Amino acid sequence: MSTILTVTDLTKKFGSLTAVNKLSFSIEKGNVYGILGPNGSGKSTTLGMILNVVNPSTGSFSWFGGEHNTHQALKRVGAIIERPNFYPYMTAEQNLRLVCRIKEVPREKIEEKLVLVDLADRKYDKFKTYSLGMKQRLAIASALLNDPEILILDEPTNGLDPQGIAQVRKIIFKIAAQGTTILLASHLLDEVEKVCSHVLVLQKGTQIYFGPVTALTTDHGYFELNATDQTALMDELKGNKEIKEIEQRGALVIAYPKVAISVAEISKALTSKGIVLTHLAKKHKSLEEQFLTLTKKNKA
Amino acid sequence: MKRLFLIEYEKLRANRSSRILIGAYFLLLTSIALIAAIKFDIGPIKFHLAEQGIFNFPYIWHFNAFIGAFFKIFLAVVIVSMTANEYSNKTIKQNLIDGLSKREFLHSKWIMVIFFAGISTLFIFVVSLILGLIYSNYNEISIIVQDLEYLLAYFIKLVAFFAFCLFLGTAIKRSAFALGFLGIWQMFEGICYGLLSWKSPQWLEAEAIYRLFPLNAMSNLLAEPFSRLSAVRNLAEQVGEQMNNNTQVQFLDILIVLVWCSIFYLLTYRLLKRRDL
Repeated sequence: MSTILTVTDLTKKFGSLTAVNKLSFSIEKGNVYGILGPNGSGKSTTLGMILNVVNPSTGSFSWFGGEHNTHQALKRVGAIIERPNFYPYMTAEQNLRLVCRIKEVPREKIEEKLVLVDLADRKYDKFKTYSLGMKQRLAIASALLNDPEILILDEPTNGLDPQGIAQVRKIIFKIAAQGTTILLASHLLDEVEKVCSHVLVLQKGTQIYFGPVTALTTDHGYFELNATDQTALMDELKGNKEIKEIEQRGALVIAYPKVAISVAEISKALTSKGIVLTHLAKKHKSLEEQFLTLTKKNKA
Repeated sequence: MKRLFLIEYEKLRANRSSRILIGAYFLLLTSIALIAAIKFDIGPIKFHLAEQGIFNFPYIWHFNAFIGAFFKIFLAVVIVSMTANEYSNKTIKQNLIDGLSKREFLHSKWIMVIFFAGISTLFIFVVSLILGLIYSNYNEISIIVQDLEYLLAYFIKLVAFFAFCLFLGTAIKRSAFALGFLGIWQMFEGICYGLLSWKSPQWLEAEAIYRLFPLNAMSNLLAEPFSRLSAVRNLAEQVGEQMNNNTQVQFLDILIVLVWCSIFYLLTYRLLKRRDL
């Protein structure tokens, strides 16, 4: 697997505020990465630095093993940062032609990419006449013009209506399915959960997790239970050495196991004690819950 | 080089207000030729400006370069806005993300500056040549090619002025404010000159310092051509005024302006380099 981007101790200070603090991670070809973090956690600043628009205070990064300088490397990257930025007085097609010139790619790609994002019929209209959703789709088309080795998206669905979100998401899925490496920054967790294989979690500029999504979400899960005699059920669970913790959530009892237990095992154990279960389900924590635990842990 | 030029060219070509301003500019440059049409014929007083010797070679080079330089403000507006708009549309950010380096970005603007100055100079050359061939009393090649340094001075003057505009557009990021600042700067130079000549014991000293100011240095490149006209000279002599201003292009002024060009280039680059977008 080849490394696309290596980031080492990357730091950005704005006066006394440290926006990004000593980030180190690397991006391998073929994976889909998510950068998670609440607003103001340094996601955009990090992307700004690797995209040559924000000067790092200290630390370094190198694209494609450092064989080219950053601006040469960026010709092999496709990126959209926050809002789509184009020349308002130019048509979609003129804007994309300019991007082709900057990236030094042939113009033949323009039509193909406009079709991909469903804008081919509006290509002779000026950018300023576009709706936000169309602008965002044009930005995606522009980022794809060079068939990039990595696509970087910063909050691509921000500010879009539900239909726009669905359209942009569909495009991202399509691109991810083609095997393009993607780096996606978002504070919308289900967005990341649905497409990413790896995540980088940031909090106040500090990296609190970097690794595969599966390692973050796969713990032993938890059980949702209910029984005809709830008190007996809770007593029994409290006495069970394999159960770490229990809590009551609405009408249900939630039990967190210490080790991997199957539904059959727990059902058998409880029935043998004469408890009649009315509800039993094994659940996994969503990325959102994991994320909240992770950020809470770091606050403490 | 060609790529950078084409990038900037495409940005400008699609912009209607830039197109109109550039069109108006070249129209006005051509309108110098209309001076030839100034004719008074009031009974005994017959006056035809074109026959007063303003279109004589080599004087015409000086005269047209001087007049042509007044219209540079049209292109200055284009240059300020083509820089400031990159900030207000945030397209500079997108350009960099797409793989243009900050130096390439600056160079694409500078290439346009030099291109504008070059085209203007060529334009003045052609207009003057045609007018001269029609109206000049002397059409010998040896006379035509004299004093061409006025065109060089004109070229350098435009480059420096546009470089200043480019710097202001980058520094201030808003077209209107940048142009306003240009006006304020002009006044600032005037006030400085006033203070200098008031405070410094010797008038020559004030003059020497004032010569270093950017806008003044640019204007010194092309001295006013009118005192060279024999009609004006005669008039001045009649009222007892001696005119012996040096109207030649001074090498020192060229040098000062070229230094300012480099300063503007370096300052603009430093701004681009340091600024986070």
